[in-house]
Amino acid sequence: MATISTTGEASIGQRITEGLFKRVLFWLIAAIIVAIIIAYQQDARVTTAVLAATLRQSIPLILGALCGLLGERSGVINIGIEGQMLLAAFIGFMVNAWTGNLLLAVIAGVLAGGLLGAFLAFMSVTLKMDQIIGGTVINILAFGLTGYFYQVGVTTAGKLLPVPLGSLAELPLVGPVLFNNPPITYFTLLLVVVIHYVLFFTRWGLRTRAVGEHPSAADTVGINVYFMRYANVTIGGAIAGLAGVFLTLEAVGSFERGMTNGRGFVALAVMIFGKWTPFGAWGAALLFGLATAMQTQLQFFDVQVPHQFIGMLPYVLTIVVLAGFGGRARPPAASGQPYETG
Amino acid sequence: MAADQASSGGFLTIVRRIWRSVSVPLTAVLLAALIGAIILYASGANPINAYAVLIEGSFGTAQTFGRTLEKATPLILSGLAVAFAFKGGLFNIGAQGQLLFGAITAAAVGFGVQGLPALIHAPLAFLVGGLAGALYGAIPGALKTYTGAHEVITTIMLNFVAINLTDYLADGPWKDTSPGNIVARTPAVLETAKIPAIGNIPLGFFLAVLAAVVTWWLLYRTTLGYEIRTVGFNPHAAHYAGIRVSATVVLTMALSGFLAGIGGSIETLGVVGRFQPGFNANLGFDGITIALLGKTHPLGVIPGALLVGAMRAGANRMQLHAGVSFEIIDVILALVLFFVAADMIVRWIIRVRAGEEEKVTLSTGWGSQ
Repeated sequence: MATISTTGEASIGQRITEGLFKRVLFWLIAAIIVAIIIAYQQDARVTTAVLAATLRQSIPLILGALCGLLGERSGVINIGIEGQMLLAAFIGFMVNAWTGNLLLAVIAGVLAGGLLGAFLAFMSVTLKMDQIIGGTVINILAFGLTGYFYQVGVTTAGKLLPVPLGSLAELPLVGPVLFNNPPITYFTLLLVVVIHYVLFFTRWGLRTRAVGEHPSAADTVGINVYFMRYANVTIGGAIAGLAGVFLTLEAVGSFERGMTNGRGFVALAVMIFGKWTPFGAWGAALLFGLATAMQTQLQFFDVQVPHQFIGMLPYVLTIVVLAGFGGRARPPAASGQPYETG
Repeated sequence: MAADQASSGGFLTIVRRIWRSVSVPLTAVLLAALIGAIILYASGANPINAYAVLIEGSFGTAQTFGRTLEKATPLILSGLAVAFAFKGGLFNIGAQGQLLFGAITAAAVGFGVQGLPALIHAPLAFLVGGLAGALYGAIPGALKTYTGAHEVITTIMLNFVAINLTDYLADGPWKDTSPGNIVARTPAVLETAKIPAIGNIPLGFFLAVLAAVVTWWLLYRTTLGYEIRTVGFNPHAAHYAGIRVSATVVLTMALSGFLAGIGGSIETLGVVGRFQPGFNANLGFDGITIALLGKTHPLGVIPGALLVGAMRAGANRMQLHAGVSFEIIDVILALVLFFVAADMIVRWIIRVRAGEEEKVTLSTGWGSQ
């Protein structure tokens, strides 16, 4: 943990107390809801479009952050989320192009992500490699493999279409934003709840957290540290894989070289901002989604800002968020450290 | 007699020491090339032919060898940047962004400042590029010490910011307005700002080698270097030893950024002749592989960069004459990185014991300070 705190300089973040943070959060959410209502009265069409885009943009970030937090909760830093997403996006795309079967394509992509997850687990648990280097290997490998096997001119056979949820989809504002989405979007929102429950209310979750906080104590009471880490990092990889197939099969409908565009890294910032919790990650991802959605909207209006500055927005936001909150947040204690039995 | 024996014993010891330090990287490269060959074969290409063309395209003639050195030059510097930060306990994935900043500011001084003799103009542009890289590198350093934001994420984010910002500059205020130009690029640098080549060998290559030697000297022969390595090894101990940890972290990142920045300067002033977005892609990222290939030793970076430079130089020819996409190089480099970092596997294959060299540890948790 504390590597440089000995310098005696308390960070700005540390001075903000927990209570203040919660109050700020409460008022922030209240202000956002009020702003949405006002915006909706001003221009219903644009507001709906921006909010729908916010949710759409946040999905890969939520999934990436869920992948990251499963790894770190069990003690493995996963910086290879970007690569796991990218390879899964590519595999999903190719399988869809070959077979024309969307379900098969999604499964193939998820499996590809899981495979890279297992590879990271192998590197960090079995080989005890430096985890950051392990993740970097995955990122470069995925970039190279997808670039090498990519063929120009391949197109998918359709993409995942929105499924309106009956009369719920008819509601003003919330209908089109929340209840008229393609399947992976619904599944992601469900996954947030499921992972929250599993992590904090089941034996599996308790074991996962124990392994990430204090592996030797967990080992002493008979928890298999290696197994828990392998399982969590592999499942995490599969979730990152889902983010990848979301990009090719639900959001875009095609594959481009390096199309993840740093989302895997932004997802890590989302995870930290969300304090390693699924609901926190959801909220943080929505904030980043909003930044990206605004970016597309600003391009429609005749705004006199060069597009490159708008393009920087999510990345600058990531830095600001990390600088403001990253220092204060506490990661799982054993995150990043290989565990040696005996 | 006795003296002869002693010297031959000394010679053998040196050979053994060299073998011990190069055996793992060498085997890693061979294993990666082998797996690369399997991938090539599986995808319908002829691996022997592909590798033959690759080697021909990197070492075949004096001209292609010059091209290899040219490719290796910025790689030595980005590798140095990453290796130097490693020594200070920091993972600088942002060499790419720092290099871009160095490249564009060197170009700005190169085309914008007029009337200077070559002996002043070129070094000035070169150094300004380095300083721009240093400033850009200092940002994640400061963010890390003062706010706890982990440099791995901030440097990656700053890479994206740098791509956008340099793209804006090259397409906006600093755009080449000569008639007929429609692409985003700066004007060509003046003749007085160019870093020349000696025959086929670019002068920049020697500058890069010199930078490696100076970096080695700084790290292992000066107090500052000792402090940087101590902070990298154990910041708590460094603090109790009276070293100003925060300042050292910022300085380490700034110097790392400086190295990446002059890499960009040399690209602009010695190779490309201007700044053009997309011309410097991958240079910073290859630096990570190179730094680890050279075991984060400043002088070890040179052979690592030559190897990667040769692959990059030969890749175009391979694509052209063997019909193999150059992205296979990325796959091979990722595998090299894997085998170098997973030296356990390699040592098991070639039965070499681990040396006493320092082991790189980066991921000791993050978001923490």
